[in-house]
Amino acid sequence: MTEHEHYEAVVVGAGPGGAAAAATLAQHGVETLVLERGVDAGSKNVSGGLIYAEESAPYTIDQLFPGFREEAAERPVEEYYIHNIAGEKVETFDLHDIHHHDTEWCDAVLRRKMDSWLAERVHEMTRETGGGLLTGVRANGLLREGGKIVGVTLDELDPITADVVIAADGVNSELARGAGLMDWEEPEDWFQGVKAVVDMPPEAITERFDIDDDEGVAHLFSGDLFEGVRGGGFLYTNEDSLSIGTVFHLDSLSAQRAEPHELLDSLLTHPLLDQWFQGEYHEREYSAKLVPDSKKVANPSPHRGRLLLVGDAAGQMQAQGPIIKGMNHAVTAGGLAAEAFAEAKSRGNEKAAGTLYQQKLEDEGVMDQLRPTRYRATRFVSESDVVNSVGSSLLDSAVGAAGIKLFDGLLEKSFNSPFVLGMIPDTKLSYVTVPTRIAEVLGDPVYDENDVEPPALDDRIGDLTYDVDDPHIEVLDNSFEASGTAVTACPVSAEGFGGGCYREETVKTNGTEEKKVSLDTQPCVECGTCAVVADTHWEHPSGGKGVEFKQG
Amino acid sequence: MRMVVLTKGVPDFREGKVSFDEDGHLERGKTPTVMNPNDKTALRAALQTKVKHGGDVSLMSMGPPGYAEILQEGMDDVYADDLYLLSDREMGAADTWATAMTVSTGLEQLDETPDLIFAGFKTADGETGHTGPQTKWCLDINEEMPDYPLITHVVALDVDEDAGTVRAKRLVEGDVSEIETIEADLPAFVVTDPEFEANYRRAEHRLRHKDFRDETQRRAAEFGEYLADDSEMEPTEFEEFTMWNHEGLNLDPDFIGLDGSPTIVAGVDPIPKAPSEREATMIDPEDDEGMAEVFEELNQYAAGD
Ligand SMILES: Cc1cc2nc3c(=O)[nH]c(=O)nc-3n(C[C@H](O)[C@H](O)[C@H](O)COP(=O)(O)OP(=O)(O)OC[C@H]3O[C@@H](n4cnc5c(N)ncnc54)[C@H](O)[C@@H]3O)c2cc1C
Ligand code: SF4
Repeated sequence: MTEHEHYEAVVVGAGPGGAAAAATLAQHGVETLVLERGVDAGSKNVSGGLIYAEESAPYTIDQLFPGFREEAAERPVEEYYIHNIAGEKVETFDLHDIHHHDTEWCDAVLRRKMDSWLAERVHEMTRETGGGLLTGVRANGLLREGGKIVGVTLDELDPITADVVIAADGVNSELARGAGLMDWEEPEDWFQGVKAVVDMPPEAITERFDIDDDEGVAHLFSGDLFEGVRGGGFLYTNEDSLSIGTVFHLDSLSAQRAEPHELLDSLLTHPLLDQWFQGEYHEREYSAKLVPDSKKVANPSPHRGRLLLVGDAAGQMQAQGPIIKGMNHAVTAGGLAAEAFAEAKSRGNEKAAGTLYQQKLEDEGVMDQLRPTRYRATRFVSESDVVNSVGSSLLDSAVGAAGIKLFDGLLEKSFNSPFVLGMIPDTKLSYVTVPTRIAEVLGDPVYDENDVEPPALDDRIGDLTYDVDDPHIEVLDNSFEASGTAVTACPVSAEGFGGGCYREETVKTNGTEEKKVSLDTQPCVECGTCAVVADTHWEHPSGGKGVEFKQG
Repeated sequence: MRMVVLTKGVPDFREGKVSFDEDGHLERGKTPTVMNPNDKTALRAALQTKVKHGGDVSLMSMGPPGYAEILQEGMDDVYADDLYLLSDREMGAADTWATAMTVSTGLEQLDETPDLIFAGFKTADGETGHTGPQTKWCLDINEEMPDYPLITHVVALDVDEDAGTVRAKRLVEGDVSEIETIEADLPAFVVTDPEFEANYRRAEHRLRHKDFRDETQRRAAEFGEYLADDSEMEPTEFEEFTMWNHEGLNLDPDFIGLDGSPTIVAGVDPIPKAPSEREATMIDPEDDEGMAEVFEELNQYAAGD
């Protein structure tokens, strides 16, 4: 047996999940090594940007990292609205109650700033234990001995063994996949998030959003502005920028052959946004990433041997109706996984860490938040086509309209109910039809004209920073049937656009024409979409290679 | 492991920094002086040895007092522990031999005899590549110092402390297509090739590398305060900086500087100016016809995009 470098704990990934796990391990005196593939922590990460500290959560980010809110976050978000849109008609609901439900605080964040701040602290804390944090190092697999997981293999370093491996490597976790705990097969298990960070001076933000210097606000958007694709849009205020983006069900996006960047542009150019842009638009960064849907993929048993999964890697990303909660759950899970290992170790039974972690997720009510039983119970009925079409025709009828009018107040209330939101079915009815009808019946028209011009896709790609390496994705089946969806679903590709990752080609063989797909990974933003919608062999680039987000 | 890296300041030849006059002569006053890039590679080799085996890395240079900044750059960029500057009017205008003489005496002057001495391959201005090997010869004829085997064109390096040996991969005849592995006893004198690459395959080494960076960058920032124009402190008051003049080195002025330099410079060829990439037509603004042509030319770009 070769002598490998050994640490008590190896944490892969320095997002919120990895940072929380590492900090907690260090607090328990566990020798902890953290490995992050980005040149800097946060350089690979994208979120919409609201991090919640829940009152009921056993771990919150500011508790683990004092000073977090002042130094790593943007504006605290007090106000929260959803705009139901039908054409130019808009009906706005105040989602104050659901936003504040179980919420100690909620801040907007930009991931490059947040994660690199966390990483510095994590490095200091873990260095004390004899470990530390390294960037630019990518785990490329699990190290096994006699079939058992004993550590990780890496692109840049020799294999390392550990008593516990915490995979906090996010959505498209190569470690979870390697352990057989997650597959990347079903588009319906995922959302795709696309985002633009837009410049806006602090004075303009306070004035145009009617908030104080140290206040922020969230606006959500749903209805008919996204070509019927299921999902919605968001806008959050940062210190001196806005985070504006969209989150769509990947199955819906794929099936409709919608272009993610165009859907984002539909939001950016909607008249409603003119009150904030006032004709000015300068995009700092375009980015995208997959988001797991915990209702479907939160792993009820996220461990195997010495490997424990936390955060997106375990599918722990909760879409509570329009509210997206991934970072806070990653923090909680990171804390619990670390705690479980420390406890197991003190009992002299390190092998029990996984089971203990699973137990904690249940005892703390995390699992029930992530996979509500209510949703499981209602899903098959409410997501069936019959119910949907009945529902749609009912809503479209005069009776339906009367109902919406009658229940105006009640509707706003039900949007504010975590109980109702927990069982909202993933159908066009709830994402598109209902909000559209609400706006049609109750909404007021917006008369503003929004003539901003978001950058074209090639400019968006051109503005990103890349350190290009060998291709990290390989198309296994390049027929259009198998992989053609990626041409549209890839956020940096588009039909008829030659500068993207996926391109459609017509190949002539023996007089017959065939549609094929070709791939150039150079402009890839590593969002993970084509791992699911195309037939690929998908890996992340090596440490420090690939795209580098400056905002995130 | 006691290690010393030799360096020199050179004009910053990077695009945008360097400045030439009309005849193609370097404008020394307008071009900033930086640490010779090849010496950074040498320092990286020493740093790698320190990361893997422990020890101290000193950076040594001969030059005017302003070279303190070059040394500070080495501390900041490549994490040298402490700095030595051999500086004296008498040392001025030295050729490579007189420099080697001076530097080898500087090495002798250190409290501890170096186990490894590193030099970079050629300076960016002199391009001779002599100083390293000549310093080694000067050490050989110095009774007080051990003999140092010379290993040049090193692209990878590993030390076996127990065996007291150094194992190096080197380019045979400086050619990348042919690499040999050689082993020599310590102490040794290493000249790194620009192709040298540090190699850290263990997490503990990368972590230690990070520690050294944090430590030495803090130290370099502190030294920077001593070097600032408006500083009340003398650079020599900084603990990790030592400056020796010819008396400090106990060197006879006849053997150093211009007097100690046998080299005769026969002539200097100016660097030919790179041909302009754009075609240009000169037009006198008083010349109406010419100006009309300019207008015609530009007009086609003026519309739309
Ligand atoms: C557009 C969008 C909007 C969102 N909005 C919100 C929101 O408003 N609120 C919210 O709470 N959540 C939101 N999310 C979800 C949230 O971003 C994630 O749930 C959260 O980041 C998960 O944290 P994590 O620590 O599990 O993983 P990540 O934050 O993804 O961190 C994983 C880390 O692991 C590293 N890594 C990956 N693979 C390897 C490897 N092989 N080797 C080494 N390192 C590796 C990555 O570089 C990364 O740093 C949004 C997501 C998107 C895409
Ligand atoms: S190539 Fe795949 S991973 Fe890369 S941006 Fe496109 S869809 Fe995302």
